[in-house]
Amino acid sequence: MLIRRAPRFTAREITDPELYLSRRELMAGAAALALMPGAGEAAAPKSEPLAAKHNPAFSLSEPATKIDHATTYNNFYEFGVNKDDPSRLAHTLKPRPWSVQVDGHVHKPKTFDVNELIKLFPLEERVYSLRCVEAWSMVIPWIGFPLASLLKRVEPTRQAKFVEFTTLLDPNQFPAQKPGFFGFSSLDWPYVEGLRLDEALHPLTLLAVGMYGQVLPNQNGAPVRVVIPWKYGFKSAKSIVRIRLVAEQPKTAWEKAAPQEYGFYSNVNPAVSHPRWSQADERRIGEFRRRPTLPFNGYADQVASLYSGMDLKKFY
Amino acid sequence: MTRRTRITLKVVVWAGCLAPPLLLGYRAWTDELGANPISFVTNTLGDWTLRILLASLAMTPLRIVFGLSWPITLRRLLGLFAFAYVCLHFSVWIVLDFFFDWPRMWADIVKRPYITLGMLALLSLTPLAATSTTGMIRRLGARTWTRLHRLVYIAGACAVLHYLWLAKVGVTDPYWYAGALLVLLGIRAGDWSRRAIRRRTAAVAASATSARLIDRKRFSP
Repeated sequence: MLIRRAPRFTAREITDPELYLSRRELMAGAAALALMPGAGEAAAPKSEPLAAKHNPAFSLSEPATKIDHATTYNNFYEFGVNKDDPSRLAHTLKPRPWSVQVDGHVHKPKTFDVNELIKLFPLEERVYSLRCVEAWSMVIPWIGFPLASLLKRVEPTRQAKFVEFTTLLDPNQFPAQKPGFFGFSSLDWPYVEGLRLDEALHPLTLLAVGMYGQVLPNQNGAPVRVVIPWKYGFKSAKSIVRIRLVAEQPKTAWEKAAPQEYGFYSNVNPAVSHPRWSQADERRIGEFRRRPTLPFNGYADQVASLYSGMDLKKFY
Repeated sequence: MTRRTRITLKVVVWAGCLAPPLLLGYRAWTDELGANPISFVTNTLGDWTLRILLASLAMTPLRIVFGLSWPITLRRLLGLFAFAYVCLHFSVWIVLDFFFDWPRMWADIVKRPYITLGMLALLSLTPLAATSTTGMIRRLGARTWTRLHRLVYIAGACAVLHYLWLAKVGVTDPYWYAGALLVLLGIRAGDWSRRAIRRRTAAVAASATSARLIDRKRFSP
């Protein structure tokens, strides 16, 4: 599929690569320091640089959210329900070795080692807006490749209509997957998300393995996650172990937990409010005033045609 | 209780109640309010409103269960601090969160039950704060004043429901607050019914005695 119209955003690069490079040096320095015996044991989180070509055609022309905010303010229920749980507990996740099983209605099912997956396709950097259903948003420079590239390689059959993503199930690596008081669990594990096949094949849909010029941090869904910028953040499954092509619409974790609050589509839509949060506006992290939320998170030109003729109030 | 212990106790409560906003101020100064400072400040103030409100509601049960009288002397102070916190919580919502966007806020108050409940809690605490002085107790009369101040139960229930309703799936904190409120109200309810039963038996006994007296009078030769 081709993007007919140019993105709303100019090709001007605001996310200055110079900044990343200097940051990388800083991180490398910090890492070297951390490796020195006895020096700063609790210091700097491990971060490995990851090279990728910036793709201006798919990038916002807005400055990226501070990396410290993007790595400490996260919703990742496998670590806990609080925003600081993921960064605090991120060390419990072991993103290597890791394999991703791609199967279901495909001609060539295959299990990929994540290191192999990263080398399979050229990596590109894309600056996307991330809109959380809780009415806040960030601007993140992701590194990855279109999910379509991977799906085409395994050759979906004619029965394949949907794509189902499954996050790792391992209470030793994801502490919040252990049942709490009275067997309480926030969600029904493992986390399952899904897309319609045409959504999954859309050129905007990215399989991300890094961000901010680095390998993806654990709290952001290491080692591999999906990014669907026109949908609320929870649609973008993290720490994926399985991508399955299926004939029926997958039952997602949030639909199971609260079907009246979280629909299968969950496209960013200022006209359809969540019971607790009006979706008319949002707070961009780092900004003071709220800003209006755009239909499809500003990607309407590219994706609105996927839903032509659909009642988006009904299919929320 | 000596004067000195009473003063010490009040100083401790003042210090404890002033600490959270001071800490917030310090964190604002050192830029440690996190990625979403407005949400952090709103939530912290909301948490402390609820904690202090529940603390003020715990003073009477302490007397009922342990027979302690000193907690009652702290009740007004705690109640007023709870009111101060809810005002701060509300101001942050108006000023920082929505920046005086009145139509937008009104829409949320009407549309979102949890905000409606929060407003109700604030509204029911306001007359209590206004009538908290000894002069007001005298002016209203102890009976009316006591009746009016039962509004605090409504405020407590609304505040807890406000949190229960706004918390997303998986957040368990509001259940602990709800549990605490139920325990505190349960102790009062137990005490009331115990006293009601005692009053009734006393009344029955009294009427029985008077009936016997009448009978005796009637049938005595």
